[in-house]
Amino acid sequence: MTAKARVTTYVRMVSAGLFEDWIKPGSAGLFCEPGGFHVDPARRVGRAIITHGHSDHARAGHGAVLATPETIAIMKARLGPESAGSFQALRYGESLDIGGVTVKLVPAGHILGSAQAVIEHRGQRAVVSGDYKRQTDPTAAPFELVRCDLFITEATFGLPVFRHESGEREIGRLLKSVHTFADRTHLVGAYGLGKTQRLIALLRKAAYDRPIWLHGALQSMCDLYTELGVDLGPLRLVTDATDKLPGEIVLCPPSALKDRWSRRLADPVTAFASGWMRVRARARQRGVELPLVVSDHCDWPELVETIRETEAQEVWVTHGREDALVHQIALMGKRGRALALVGFEEEEGE
Amino acid sequence: MKAFADLLDRLSYSPSRNAKLRLMADYFRNTPDPDRGWALAALTDGLPFSFPLRRTLTGMMARRMDPELYRLSRDYVGDTAETIALVWDSATEARSPLKMRASPPPRGEGRGVRGTPALDLPESPPPYPSPTRGEGTDAGGGAPPCLSDIIAELALVGRDDLGIRLETWLDGLDATERWALLKLLTGALRVGVSARLAKTAVAEMAGFTVGDVEEVWHALTPPYAPLFAWLEGRGPRPEVANALVFRPLMLSHALEEADWDALDLDQFWAEWKWDGIRVQVVGTREGASLYSRTGDSIGGAFPDLVDGFHFDAVLDGELLVVRDGRVASFNDLQQRLNRKGVSKRQMEQFPAHVRLYDALLIEGEDLRQLPISERRARLEAWHGRVRPPHTDLSPIIEAADKNELRAIWTEARETAVEGIMLKRRDSPYVVGRPKGLWWKWKRAPLTLDCVLMYAQRGSGKRSSYYSDYTFGAWRDAGGGKRELVPVGKAYFGFTDAELLEIDRWVRNNTVESFGPVRAVTPRLVFEVAFDAVAKSTRHKSGVAMRFPRIHRIRWDKPADEADRLETLLALIGP
Repeated sequence: MTAKARVTTYVRMVSAGLFEDWIKPGSAGLFCEPGGFHVDPARRVGRAIITHGHSDHARAGHGAVLATPETIAIMKARLGPESAGSFQALRYGESLDIGGVTVKLVPAGHILGSAQAVIEHRGQRAVVSGDYKRQTDPTAAPFELVRCDLFITEATFGLPVFRHESGEREIGRLLKSVHTFADRTHLVGAYGLGKTQRLIALLRKAAYDRPIWLHGALQSMCDLYTELGVDLGPLRLVTDATDKLPGEIVLCPPSALKDRWSRRLADPVTAFASGWMRVRARARQRGVELPLVVSDHCDWPELVETIRETEAQEVWVTHGREDALVHQIALMGKRGRALALVGFEEEEGE
Repeated sequence: MKAFADLLDRLSYSPSRNAKLRLMADYFRNTPDPDRGWALAALTDGLPFSFPLRRTLTGMMARRMDPELYRLSRDYVGDTAETIALVWDSATEARSPLKMRASPPPRGEGRGVRGTPALDLPESPPPYPSPTRGEGTDAGGGAPPCLSDIIAELALVGRDDLGIRLETWLDGLDATERWALLKLLTGALRVGVSARLAKTAVAEMAGFTVGDVEEVWHALTPPYAPLFAWLEGRGPRPEVANALVFRPLMLSHALEEADWDALDLDQFWAEWKWDGIRVQVVGTREGASLYSRTGDSIGGAFPDLVDGFHFDAVLDGELLVVRDGRVASFNDLQQRLNRKGVSKRQMEQFPAHVRLYDALLIEGEDLRQLPISERRARLEAWHGRVRPPHTDLSPIIEAADKNELRAIWTEARETAVEGIMLKRRDSPYVVGRPKGLWWKWKRAPLTLDCVLMYAQRGSGKRSSYYSDYTFGAWRDAGGGKRELVPVGKAYFGFTDAELLEIDRWVRNNTVESFGPVRAVTPRLVFEVAFDAVAKSTRHKSGVAMRFPRIHRIRWDKPADEADRLETLLALIGP
């Protein structure tokens, strides 16, 4: 079923509000009482829907986990095959009835396998966005809009100053710098799950066909993406390099940017790909020479636009910079509420 | 504007000198005239304008954006210009948030530019009519403004019309370009590039040295088309021979103890280091002028000097106030500085004088390749013949050996003397700061133990720290009591780690706050270093320190044992 068909067949409920009798924030996170499940709980619970594989959303030790097949594969690879009592896969667009609650997962565009949880109960529809973005990403299924009564959104970049650049533009800046500083290594800090693979895919899209060099910590997720059908081109490990990699692009986890590890490279130009790089003080804190404003989250206009397009009358903000977004929601004539759920990290992605 | 903005953006994040040079060379090579010339002017502080934008910007945002959203944004970013650069589109699109449904949704076609697919919804609005600029597209009623267009218009618009013009420009630019434009308008780029480094980049990209560029620099004006033409072999070298222009200076290094130990005095001579300001005297057939060490023409404020200079020479010397053959204090000289004009009374009260110590050109002959011993001989002969008024020659200090010279240096306490210059006898006049040819040997600073009285928050990076300190010395208050009287203020001389400690101490020992200023319990002692002290009517204590800085923080010393005002008064020179 296409997004179009789903939206057109959906009959809007007049009775908005009063969601708390079936979905509410609790100490472990969002809880759907009639379904008996949590969404992205912050601690171990009996039944959990996991929107995507990042560690602040996907934790080990739940009794039963419901997620997309890709998210389950990521969880098993990162947390171990026994990290939940049982895993149940639900493909994008498929419905499942859980104790009178209908659950569907639709693409969130954040990383491979990332989903929004669409939860319907007695004619009311709530959408839990998880982390999401509206930009294209060659490694993730594009975000699908679902109209709803209650939209539960993240707000990592919930301030008008955040406007991410297009991935293509920022990759262009990186490649230009590689050209200008051809005798130096370009060392790009990127989160291991999602951002790394998106950057590699964007480089390939920009016809960059040289081997891309990886810090050892990034290898397993790249392998998994490749297994799941995302083509990343030739990848090499820095430990296998025979020289200091002048003129090459090396990806590493952000923590390795300032590590002694990087001394093996040729006078590296340090880059960091993150939505936080939009703000100069943040980029300077990181000591980055080439900040790349590439994010896997919505920026401010995307948040505002998505909230409007869902036509939800009530909007809850799970985590991030809620003040400004809740204020904006009020300006739009909707009811907004900051949940300030614990357990989510401010840093993007991981 | 895009190339210039990208350059500033990269420069602001590049700590290494070589990387900066490469980025600038790249820009100058690939950017056409006159844009690159204006960029060079911006990087060398040569733009003919700067606008105080604060009020314009806050007024503009008050009209455009929800005040709460603006406040939250500004608080997070910490810089007004950068905040505006970032929120501009949001502000434009959401000028009336309640009517948002009717107005074009965020980013409009920009979404297509960014490669995000339109949502496949039956109700989705038709392609947005609002023009949004994308890379290389011509939208918003015209191409985005380029640097030279903006500069050309700035010369025409008055300060009052700037606001309106600015809004149009900002609409046509992306976030980085907007940031760069606002920096440009305020006249402070702050991207960690000195004027000299920018000139070095221009020179080296064409295989010249920075000295080559500096030699002709002051004969040129922005946007420097003849300079680029010459460097790229498309035009003649700009003419400076008979022009009334500043020639770049030769500078000295500070002499450290180890340098002194290694110094072979036979190869050097010593001169006094006068406590005035270094000037270059330029005389031509068309007239004469004086230039500060940064190349600013200051002749206009010294008609008592330049009107009497009828000669053809470029000379190096010290500007001083000399009364009855005695050099007055720097304080007196300051009465003549930073002024456009000068009154007769000021000229009488503070008579200006140049003490010469070197010659770059005399009557058309370039002496700079000759050793200083030869230049000095020419200077002496020329001065004896021409005798320009209000000038004399700085004497050579006679000393039999290093011990004697050191004794002279130690005892040099005359107010007009800052220390001693050591110049290698065979040194040519080398532009810049060559190592090992000229040394400045400043006399040891004076120090005084003072008590911290007030601390004030700094600005910029230090805006959250109490980093400006007012300190005092004790004096009798009658009745057997004593009191602290402020004697100076300093905001450097300590490390970042020490700043943190002092900041914490200030917060824990505050007795009263007045806005950004805190009065503290008088308990913390600073050893304050300063170069000299003079009488002052502007200060309650009656004295003014020259160049005070925090020498040491005496966490150990009780405030009772800090110095008395009398000690400071006794240091005032004759």
